[in-house]
Amino acid sequence: MRPFLEAGIGNPSAPHSLGSEARESLEAARAKVARLVGGAAPGVIFTSGATEANNLAIRGVALRGGDRPRHVVTSAAEHISVLNACRDLEKARGTVSILPVDAEGRVDPEAVRRALRPETVLVSIGAACAEIGTLQPLGDIARITRAAGVPLHVDAVGALGRVPIAGETVGLDLVTLSSNDLYGPPGAGALWVRPGIKLLPQMLGGGQEGGYRSGTENLPALVGLGVAAELMRAEAGHGEPARLAALRDRFVDALAASIPDCRLTGSRAVRLPHHASFVLRGVKADSVLLDLDLCGVAASSGSACAQWTGTPSHVLRAIGCAPEEMEGSLCFTLGRWSTLAEVDAVLERLPPIVARLRALALPAPR
Amino acid sequence: MATEPKVFIPDREIDCIGLFCPMPIVKTREAIQLMRPGELLAMLSDDPASDADMRSWCQITGNELVEVSREGGVYRFLVRKTR
Repeated sequence: MRPFLEAGIGNPSAPHSLGSEARESLEAARAKVARLVGGAAPGVIFTSGATEANNLAIRGVALRGGDRPRHVVTSAAEHISVLNACRDLEKARGTVSILPVDAEGRVDPEAVRRALRPETVLVSIGAACAEIGTLQPLGDIARITRAAGVPLHVDAVGALGRVPIAGETVGLDLVTLSSNDLYGPPGAGALWVRPGIKLLPQMLGGGQEGGYRSGTENLPALVGLGVAAELMRAEAGHGEPARLAALRDRFVDALAASIPDCRLTGSRAVRLPHHASFVLRGVKADSVLLDLDLCGVAASSGSACAQWTGTPSHVLRAIGCAPEEMEGSLCFTLGRWSTLAEVDAVLERLPPIVARLRALALPAPR
Repeated sequence: MATEPKVFIPDREIDCIGLFCPMPIVKTREAIQLMRPGELLAMLSDDPASDADMRSWCQITGNELVEVSREGGVYRFLVRKTR
């Protein structure tokens, strides 16, 4: 990225030599992103991030083709950008089926089949739920959508580069990815679209990105995204997901053993390798997170929306969490630089924090 | 004898039309914080999810959801600040 920030930077659409250099760098980034997705390079549309990519996929597919009945299928455990883009279709004569998920957050492929209608224009199911880590049975869902001739959009944030997703061979039609999720710069992302799938552009202007996303590309960030995608792919080939999964398993087992009333959310086995999420009874996540932050541990409650509104997260509601559990939702993610020593340090610090907060929360003795 | 329907006059009204979850709740929370107990807030929203969200938020915060009406695609929620 550095040369693109420090030296003169060309506009990839310009005819001069600086422009042509910029264009080559942009196309190289496109090829790298396509390799990570497992699809053809011309299908990559660069965006400002996963939220924009999800909006482009859902609105782009569903709103194409003028005034007609349109039905979209999604699940109750999706990212808010998917759910809100789907709900917005209801204002344009669209209907949305929001499929329930099981107690581990999994979508039943048969429920997808049953939800399909003649006017279904898109199925949008995320590869993994960011809040509880559960991976969806994408292969089974793709077989159903493929047979029905309905495009399948997959928000692959969290999963891409960590679990095998071969976009084109599995039968995915649109794939969302985010740069910052791949350790790349924030404010960049992409939507990969299978050749032959047409979209209604959501950003109109000079026709960049094949006309699907006008506006001069953010070259430094996209070059960074390309490198991040390439590193992620190389790392996956060298066993990084297995290393993360081993650390994660140690963390999950030890934490469940050392904190009473601490329950893993999402699937134990079929989950993102770097992801561990829990609900703890009798504590508020905010207090735990503050205490963890004071000892240098950055964790989250899993849902920024829920934190803003003070209401339980839609995903925890969807998996049927008890109301007294939802307040104590914690989400830990491991990364490229996470070590065993760091995992053990959290394991040492978290149980006393929870014990202290629980003791404070108890009613005073009379 | 028919009784006249009760007409509530809000002390404050916020327009969240066009916004989606979580913004209608975020804006409701902000507005309620500036109001006095007993006062009424009207919130307008066309987010299909806001019905369930507002009911859940009022239940959790203890504010009273006095009335929910819908005209076309627009919901109107009347919330009384309780404390």
